[in-house]
Amino acid sequence: MSLMGFAKVVLKNLFTGPVTEKYPFVPKVYPQGARGSVNIELAKCIFCGICQKKCPTAAIVVTKEPKAWEIDRLRCISCNYCVEVCPKKCLALDTKYAPVTITRTTDKFSAQPVA
Amino acid sequence: MSERTIIPFGPQHPVLPEPIHLDLVVEDEKVIEAIPSIGFIHRGLERLVEKKDYVDYVYVAERICGICSFIHGLTYCMAIEELMKVQVPDRAQYLRLIWSELSRIHSHLLWLGLTADSFGFESMFMQSWRLREYILDIIEETTGGRVIFGSAKIGGVRRDIPLAKMDEIMKKMRVYRKDVAALCEQFMKDQTVKHRMRGVGLLSREDAISLGAVGPMLRGSGVAQDIRMTGYSGYDRIGFTPITETAGDCYARCMVRVREMDASFQMIERCVEQMTDGPIEVKVTGNPNGEFFMRSEQPRGEAIYYAKANGTKFLSRLRVRTPTFANIPPLLTALAGCQLADVPVIVLTIDPCISCAER
Ligand code: SF4
Ligand code: SF4
Repeated sequence: MSLMGFAKVVLKNLFTGPVTEKYPFVPKVYPQGARGSVNIELAKCIFCGICQKKCPTAAIVVTKEPKAWEIDRLRCISCNYCVEVCPKKCLALDTKYAPVTITRTTDKFSAQPVA
Repeated sequence: MSERTIIPFGPQHPVLPEPIHLDLVVEDEKVIEAIPSIGFIHRGLERLVEKKDYVDYVYVAERICGICSFIHGLTYCMAIEELMKVQVPDRAQYLRLIWSELSRIHSHLLWLGLTADSFGFESMFMQSWRLREYILDIIEETTGGRVIFGSAKIGGVRRDIPLAKMDEIMKKMRVYRKDVAALCEQFMKDQTVKHRMRGVGLLSREDAISLGAVGPMLRGSGVAQDIRMTGYSGYDRIGFTPITETAGDCYARCMVRVREMDASFQMIERCVEQMTDGPIEVKVTGNPNGEFFMRSEQPRGEAIYYAKANGTKFLSRLRVRTPTFANIPPLLTALAGCQLADVPVIVLTIDPCISCAER
């Protein structure tokens, strides 16, 4: 590299800031459509179980009686397949990932009427 | 004659994150022979076809490799589509081509960084991975995933790229193309790089053919063979010519990859110009039956998928031959007679991906 080119790069680097994001001080912005964790809008769900049948990793368990929808977040690979097949369009992928955990638990959503 | 010693290289080695083990038979500093052993990370993904139905297996196929994930998924989909006689819509083929070429660019940038790092050129490693990050961002914006695209499906693709987004991406890509070209020029013109790579790890044209080398390893030895020439997934429509170099040494293999990156940028641009609106998938019903060999060009070379179906929703056999596996015999030939210090450089110029070689 010629000396001129070298000087140009040095000067450019002096005046442009770092390329990396200052996470966690600057929050990470995920692009629209990024595949994160699965969310359910329970009021719309009819508990048909199609998502359970289609999920390639068997992360979802749907029970009809009592009405419940359960997901194992550590099994889910955020593939978006359940979202595509749901007839009621009550599932959606968040752009954020599921929070970090150290134990294997499932997230259970049940639609039991309040007694 | 001086005494012979055996030096183990890998499966864990500071310059090479890939778990390949080589027993290097050395005489003083000269490598006489290299004896490989692989199988440290076998995952049994081929057997999994018996448990996952043919639609779900796309997700497994994508996970065979963490770098050329999209092309693995794509090749699997194309094999099944051929079995089921499905005609994929044009727009889907173009989108597949764009994502394939984006994977090639990011894979070659990753390789450039690792190769530079193998002889201590660490600022090059940093810069090329910085550029790779921009490409990954584009991939994330268009498919939703950075490493696992998850956008190939049997019968088409899962996502479309809207027109406004495409323009925005192309604007960025033109800038990145210049940056990548400048970076590659730095690398290829560097005195040290030339000194470490010219005439090192020679593989003659005859050896390359008889040992079954694939990809840049083959093209670096002067053989113009690239599976993209067969014109799968729209490559026939954008006018593809393979890139070759004749020297057959490490430098020639690097040159092939560097030129391929620029060609990929060009192809994406042509592809976007030619694309027309239309459906992105066709509905696939029924189960596959029969057997088929599908070939595709990955960043590292030719991959082969053999699928045998029996009319049920589970395939009865799937065989995957990845490019790294085919490149191991030529690598051993290239290693014989080299200096011990050149071993990492030579190994890295085949761009090894042992995890996908062992599946
Ligand atoms: S497919 Fe949709 S409606 Fe059916 S159980 Fe799953 S979330 Fe509920
Ligand atoms: S995103 Fe994929 S893996 Fe996760 S629950 Fe839905 S279908 Fe299953």
